[in-house]
Amino acid sequence: MLKQIEGSLAVAEAVALCRPEVICAYPISPQTHIVEGLGKMVKAGKLAPCEFINVESEFAAMSVAIGASAAGARAYTATASQGLLFMAEAVYNAAGLGLPIVMTIANRAIGAPINIWNDHSDALSQRDSGWIQLFAETNQEALDLHIQAFRLAEELSMPVMVCMDGFILTHAYERVDMPTQQQVDAYLPPFDPRQVLDPKEPVSIGAMVGPEAFMEVRYLEHARQLQALERIPQLAVQFKEIFGRASGGLTQTYCADDAETMIVAMGSVLGTIKDTIDEMRAEGHKIGVLGITSYRPFPLAQVREALIHAKRFVVLEKSLAVGMGGILATDVRMALSGAGLHGYTVVAGLGGRAITKKSLHQLFRHAVKDELEPITFLDLDWNVVNKQLERERQNRHSGPIAENILHDLGVVSAKFG
Amino acid sequence: MRKPFAITLIPGSSLANLTGTWRTSRPVYLDRLPPCNNACPAGENIQGWLFHAESGDYEAAWRELVKDNPLPAVMGRVCYHPCESSCNRKQIDAPVGINSVERFLGDEAIKRGWQFDAPAAATGKRVLVVGAGPSGLSAAYHLARMGHTVEIHEAGPFAGGMMRFGIPKYRLPREVLDAEVQRIVNLGVTIRLNSKVDNILDTMKQGHFDATFLAVGAHIGKRTNIHAGAAAKIVDAVSVLRSMEGEEKPMLGRRVVVYGGGNTAIDVARTAKRLGASEAIIVYRRTREKMPAHDLEVEEALQEGIMIKWLSTIKRVDDEGKLTVEKMELDDKGMPQPTGEFETLESDSLVLALGQDVDLSLLEGVPGLEVNDGTVQVSPNMMTGYPGIFAGGDMVPSERTVTVAVGHGKKAARHIDAWLRGAVYQPAAKHELADFKNLNTWYYSDAPKTVRPMLDVIRRQSSFDEVQGGLDETNALFEARRCLSCGNCFECDNCYGVCPDNAVIKLGAGKRYEFNYDYCKGCGICVTECPSGSIKMVPEDI
Amino acid sequence: MSYQPVKFYQTGTFTVGNRLLAPVERSVQQSERRSNSINSGHRACQGCGEALGARYAIDAAMAASNGQLIAANATGCLEVFSTPYPESSWQVPWIHSLFGNTPAVATGIAAAMKVKGRKEVRVVAQGGDGGTADIGFGCLSGMFERNDDVLYICYDNQGYMNTGVQRSSATPPAARTATTMPVGPEPGNVFGQGKNLPEIAMAHGIPYVATATVADLRDLEYKVKRAMNVHGARYLHIFVPCPLGWGSQSNDTIRLARLAKETGLFPVFEARHGEVTGVLKIRRKQAVEEYLKPQRRFAHLFGNDPHTEVIARIQAIADRNIRKYNLLDEEG
Repeated sequence: MLKQIEGSLAVAEAVALCRPEVICAYPISPQTHIVEGLGKMVKAGKLAPCEFINVESEFAAMSVAIGASAAGARAYTATASQGLLFMAEAVYNAAGLGLPIVMTIANRAIGAPINIWNDHSDALSQRDSGWIQLFAETNQEALDLHIQAFRLAEELSMPVMVCMDGFILTHAYERVDMPTQQQVDAYLPPFDPRQVLDPKEPVSIGAMVGPEAFMEVRYLEHARQLQALERIPQLAVQFKEIFGRASGGLTQTYCADDAETMIVAMGSVLGTIKDTIDEMRAEGHKIGVLGITSYRPFPLAQVREALIHAKRFVVLEKSLAVGMGGILATDVRMALSGAGLHGYTVVAGLGGRAITKKSLHQLFRHAVKDELEPITFLDLDWNVVNKQLERERQNRHSGPIAENILHDLGVVSAKFG
Repeated sequence: MRKPFAITLIPGSSLANLTGTWRTSRPVYLDRLPPCNNACPAGENIQGWLFHAESGDYEAAWRELVKDNPLPAVMGRVCYHPCESSCNRKQIDAPVGINSVERFLGDEAIKRGWQFDAPAAATGKRVLVVGAGPSGLSAAYHLARMGHTVEIHEAGPFAGGMMRFGIPKYRLPREVLDAEVQRIVNLGVTIRLNSKVDNILDTMKQGHFDATFLAVGAHIGKRTNIHAGAAAKIVDAVSVLRSMEGEEKPMLGRRVVVYGGGNTAIDVARTAKRLGASEAIIVYRRTREKMPAHDLEVEEALQEGIMIKWLSTIKRVDDEGKLTVEKMELDDKGMPQPTGEFETLESDSLVLALGQDVDLSLLEGVPGLEVNDGTVQVSPNMMTGYPGIFAGGDMVPSERTVTVAVGHGKKAARHIDAWLRGAVYQPAAKHELADFKNLNTWYYSDAPKTVRPMLDVIRRQSSFDEVQGGLDETNALFEARRCLSCGNCFECDNCYGVCPDNAVIKLGAGKRYEFNYDYCKGCGICVTECPSGSIKMVPEDI
Repeated sequence: MSYQPVKFYQTGTFTVGNRLLAPVERSVQQSERRSNSINSGHRACQGCGEALGARYAIDAAMAASNGQLIAANATGCLEVFSTPYPESSWQVPWIHSLFGNTPAVATGIAAAMKVKGRKEVRVVAQGGDGGTADIGFGCLSGMFERNDDVLYICYDNQGYMNTGVQRSSATPPAARTATTMPVGPEPGNVFGQGKNLPEIAMAHGIPYVATATVADLRDLEYKVKRAMNVHGARYLHIFVPCPLGWGSQSNDTIRLARLAKETGLFPVFEARHGEVTGVLKIRRKQAVEEYLKPQRRFAHLFGNDPHTEVIARIQAIADRNIRKYNLLDEEG
């Protein structure tokens, strides 16, 4: 059924169709609307049986989900940014225990400075946690990926994060095709846990494992993610059979067949990139796009296959490995090791900085001519940065950076003058 | 369930880890000798029978008791209960009223008509017991249970010996004594009354006896050197007490003076009071602390109005019964020494209670049998110098109490039995003593001793009704449950419960516990928390 | 009303068992059929109070729930000694997630049971004092506040023992730990800090809060049973001596727990909806020295130059508890 609906509520409805049994909620922008929507459904009795628990922190949210999942309940929560970091210990724990929890990340920057806007720093900080991480390009894909996520998680007994860009997707009203309960039920069987806490068959879950077996446990976790690499495309195929549309999979390409320049990205920015590319294609540039849906497991083979015939690639990512550069770019370069392509890293959109078509045009035109630096900070205000760096060279005690920058920008001149 | 590798484990699988290897010392169960058992002259397993009484199984308690002593109702009245004096509970509040529980069990047995277990298969051996006093009855009982044919020859008209002729009715009602004697007869023991043995060897030969136990009591009152007028009325205490059993009560008069400081002196003074004496005065040469009579009896006598002149000896008695008494003083060694100070005392009769002797005339001419200082000498197995003739009770050098006599009877019976089989009786080695410091008294309920009811003093002064009442069942049960079970497991489950390693195996009611040394780490909590001190740590051989 | 000791059956209800009691009056621990929730072969130190307290409590909870129990466990000694791969001592369904999230994990389990309509299955969470009073405190308070259907049991051994005896907010004043050494002008842990977890739990107004020690088994079992008969958030704080961390003899574990109660240093009480409804009275009152002396963590208070003023301050704490909770009977 087609609906004009906010991204968060679309996800909430999709999650509800998955019949979650325990939902833990702790407010943090920009995921709040999702759990609010679910809370309302539970409270109204439309989603039953389901326990909606207002917890006291994200750490508790993930922990409640761990308990519920270990006891055999389908568990769901959502968070973002600081919240994800606050629950980080439990995030790793859920993966280590192999609990098929599904969590939405409404991607948001990490402070300090505190910032509520979108980038991918939060999700990528947990890339080694053992969770599967799927990135949605659109609201339709976001809701579709949640349905696939529960199935994937429960088949493999490992947790899945569905990442959607905060505000850009979560708060955007778009038309979506909302599946029916019958469709979801046909796709997603009831939760049959691999292990479960039950007095009928007691087990001890969460043993202390020493050097004699720890590496094997970790390898098995890795092996399951490798299995996911096979399973994710299959599930996408099955999804299409039931729901009638392509959604999910490991990667997606656009105008890639003859592309000499490939742009690699994740999430909603792919839309802007595709629009830009359409315009450049119209001008005759052989440029295409590789969108990565499955960041973890990382589809090395598919990425290589998609890029190997190009001359160059540009990884445009909303994340920064401080002191190193790109995060996604590192993985993409790994996929292409020994291939001899030109590779460029572009860090863009941090903390919600708008990524405009104008900037992309400029960027891609440099790229196709191999005029890019190995790493580019898209739309960085060098004037501000250089001034501060200069101040710091002169005076080690140069004052708070953020305030100095704001001062330079003239934003709060009256206050800080 | 498809269990993930390593992070999910099979329940209870730690049994594979034998933590017993950590141990440097191990707990072991042991029985220690409770101080009551240790102190009992009759060798009763007091803790053992109290254990049954605690659960209200009085018959089991009584049966445990009579394994050692066939006279619990008597014992519960006349024993001076050294068990209670040594009872560890006195260090918490007051000793367990063992004697009163024993009496309760004895009375309960009479009331319910409980009989002894049937004797063992007949051995065909015949044993003669001379004297139907406590020691003779005890020996006869034990020998009979062992399957021997036993015949008691008693010189007097009734069985009971000094229990009947030395202990007043107000302490031991005769129907109680009769009932317990009858039960021994019911077991198959033959008692021939009025059957004085004049020559032991002749009697043995005539009766075809294979062995003899001599248990003649000390019936003959000792005399002393007092200048006395020809008309002075001087009698001995044993005669007075014996005549109480006959038709004619003794005539002692209004003012009775008793000379002596033993229990017999107290008994006879209290008897005189009950016979109507307005004054009953005991003259004793030393002080109350030095008096051999039991303090409880002294106290009861004083309550009844008996007067006692301490540090006094009687020098002479004139025809009118006027006594000349010399004051004494104690020397460094606690012995009384004359002071040369005299006073006089009016009396209608003077009763001498200066100790008793045994009539040993039946032993004349027995080869090898040695008599020394009025008593028969016996070896540690209670046998005299004549093979097959054993002796006990008042006849042998020992304290002269009913309880000691009963103990002699049991001990002699075991040796006689062994001797008849051509064997030597080896008593089991004694366990180490259960000291108070071995106990963890926290676990015992706070429960002060129950006091037995006492007859009103006025009635005590005028009647021979029993002074000391018995406990009712509730009280007896309460009192039994005050027992700390020193040194003997009473299955409180503490060790089973407090072990952090579940290394104690509970074997079920009456079977106690075992340690599972596969897992016992040797922490010792079970030892510290055992109320009764029935576990100890011993070093491991490492 | 608090647990009522049976007055007199030789040992009454002081001992683990008592053959003179009617079967229904007997303890869980005396039974050959107790669940032994923690099996033999666990790797707790000799004389571990926590191993004992946990078996007491979980066996009682198993008995009260007719075996329908799931346990969540915080990181700590109890977890480490019971479930090192490849062996587990637990005989109940059990999960360990993290150090600080056990109350929340338990909430999740309880929610799962509720949503699945398995009303008969009950949930306990357990942890040490560090996992409860410190790192797990946020989750604990949240679980209390929501009144989730979880019995949380804290085994209080007054410090971080698993990591090598460091101070927790349950470590008593003057105690030596690896982070409160007996040096300087105020040797050992300082006075005036630390959390009173049972009272904080009471402040949440939850249906049931109680304290207990491994020295009073019957009281402990009574409280577990009581707690299991109530739904909603419940808190049981069990005092469990630690021979390793306290420097006490392994055989003194129960004795020290008894002394903690008998001195008044550890008040044993229960509360319903934030109000104290019963206390276990002191039976044989003892001076705090009797409790402190057998523990090497307090050794610096004694010796040739005893810190009498410090001991007096500790006595004052005990006296205040006695007044506050009315721990002494009228007759004394």
